[in-house]
Amino acid sequence: MIEIKNIVKAFATKEVLKEVSFTFEQGKTNLVIGQSGSGKTVLLKCLLGLHEPESGFINFDGLDIVGKSNKNLKGLRKQIGMVFQGGALFDSMNVEQNVLYPLQMFSKLSKEEMLQRVNFCLKRVNLENVNHLFPSEISGGMKKRVAIARAIVLNPKYLFCDEPNSGLDPYTATLIDNLLQEITHEYGMTTVINTHDMNSVMEIGEKILFIKEGRNVWEGTKADIITSENQHLQGFVFSSELFKTIKRKS
Amino acid sequence: MPSKPGQSQELTTAHELISKEASNVKTRNVVFFVAFKLISVLKIGYLLIVVVNLHLILYKTHAMGLIASFGKYLLFIADVFRKPERRSVMYKLVVKEVYELGFKSVLFVVFVSLFVGAVVTLQTAANMEGSWMPRYLIGYATRDAILLEFSPTIISLLLAGKIGSNIASSLGTMRVTEQIDALEVMGVNPVTYLVRPKIFALMFFNPLLICMSMFGGVIGGWISGTLSGECTSAEFISGIQYDFVPFKAVYAIIKTILFAFIIASVSSFHGFFTKGGALEVGRSSTRAVVFSSVFIIVSNYILTQLLLN
Repeated sequence: MIEIKNIVKAFATKEVLKEVSFTFEQGKTNLVIGQSGSGKTVLLKCLLGLHEPESGFINFDGLDIVGKSNKNLKGLRKQIGMVFQGGALFDSMNVEQNVLYPLQMFSKLSKEEMLQRVNFCLKRVNLENVNHLFPSEISGGMKKRVAIARAIVLNPKYLFCDEPNSGLDPYTATLIDNLLQEITHEYGMTTVINTHDMNSVMEIGEKILFIKEGRNVWEGTKADIITSENQHLQGFVFSSELFKTIKRKS
Repeated sequence: MPSKPGQSQELTTAHELISKEASNVKTRNVVFFVAFKLISVLKIGYLLIVVVNLHLILYKTHAMGLIASFGKYLLFIADVFRKPERRSVMYKLVVKEVYELGFKSVLFVVFVSLFVGAVVTLQTAANMEGSWMPRYLIGYATRDAILLEFSPTIISLLLAGKIGSNIASSLGTMRVTEQIDALEVMGVNPVTYLVRPKIFALMFFNPLLICMSMFGGVIGGWISGTLSGECTSAEFISGIQYDFVPFKAVYAIIKTILFAFIIASVSSFHGFFTKGGALEVGRSSTRAVVFSSVFIIVSNYILTQLLLN
């Protein structure tokens, strides 16, 4: 479980996050939704310790990370998996080396055990026979799956995803969403996903935080979205004709 | 005793011939002197470039910004020397960088050195044409020009362009595609992991590269000198052995190690802190080459003062 309370983050004089509070629950897919520029990525980077909030606290199962140095966060970071928007795979390494990398850096397994683990993770994300391909040789959807395999290879307690299905076709996007939800349930991870894709919200939104202009405007589950009367949320979620029709029918 | 009219005319002609010859010798000596002092002149040239560059930098950026950047650079360098996560991984990375940054530059360096050595020899020979100076001095001048200035400094400047832009653009791309963030999130110190191997690899391999350049330059000079008939092979070889002071080679190697550190660290610094997109990667790459070159030129002057004078 990750608990954040009154997080304020500013860049120069511009306040991007304004007293955001929320609890990301373990074993659930926690979604952070909001328009582009609403502060989702900044919030995610604060959770990852890449940005230091001006005030507030971020608590990972009893460990407060605000104000901690990189050295003090090292232990925690080994329990974190991250899927970046573009995958952030290392260009100079092939698929196998990318997934193997965290194991080489932090595990004490033998080479055979490491390779077994890599193959297991690649199989788990439905990727086989691609071990020796480089990131430039695989599709966007495959890159995302390799990134997920790399993120889970160390059995993390916390999984963060920044718009994991952006730029993907609806079919592949749904595959990725389902995969993330399955993995979350299977390993009992605390998963935080940044998205503005409404399909993802309705598909896997077990706990949702809606941010608008840096403020926590609404929180609930995907079922609550339909019945919510929050004007900001309604304007955001039901902006497309398809979702308006769904709402009318429901 | 009054001279005969014919005798007086002969004396005038002889006097004119002597003056003409004296003037020719004087001109040749001046030309030779200028060529021989090329290195000193280059130093003044460097100083001018430094002054112009510093002026431009100060004009374009705020002085405080420069000081802040320098402080950031020092902290960055301090980070480079932190303990790495896995030593075994670090050794492999150093070997990889030696191949990528050093070994892949061998052909380029040797090719350039061969031709520059050849040109230096031909120019020195042209300046000595018809003078009283012994021909073995062609080899001597070529050796000193290559050893003292061309190989350590000019090749380092060329490498600042080739390797420096490579380092800055690769790190810049890693930054804008969030690969560096990925390392940070994993708990890997990206400076230690990405920059340290490059610095170590260049500081180890550049002296070897420069030695190859020195040999290449001298061999180029020997080939051009003997093929053009400006000097015999024996004269050239005698020239490159004449008055050889081993400290000059040590001085060149010391310079090379420092320049390798400058190229790797300054380029990495600019690449590592790239912000934005593809356009910024290009700008970082340019900045890396400009700043590396400026630092090389300034430190070359300082080191020469400290070590040779």
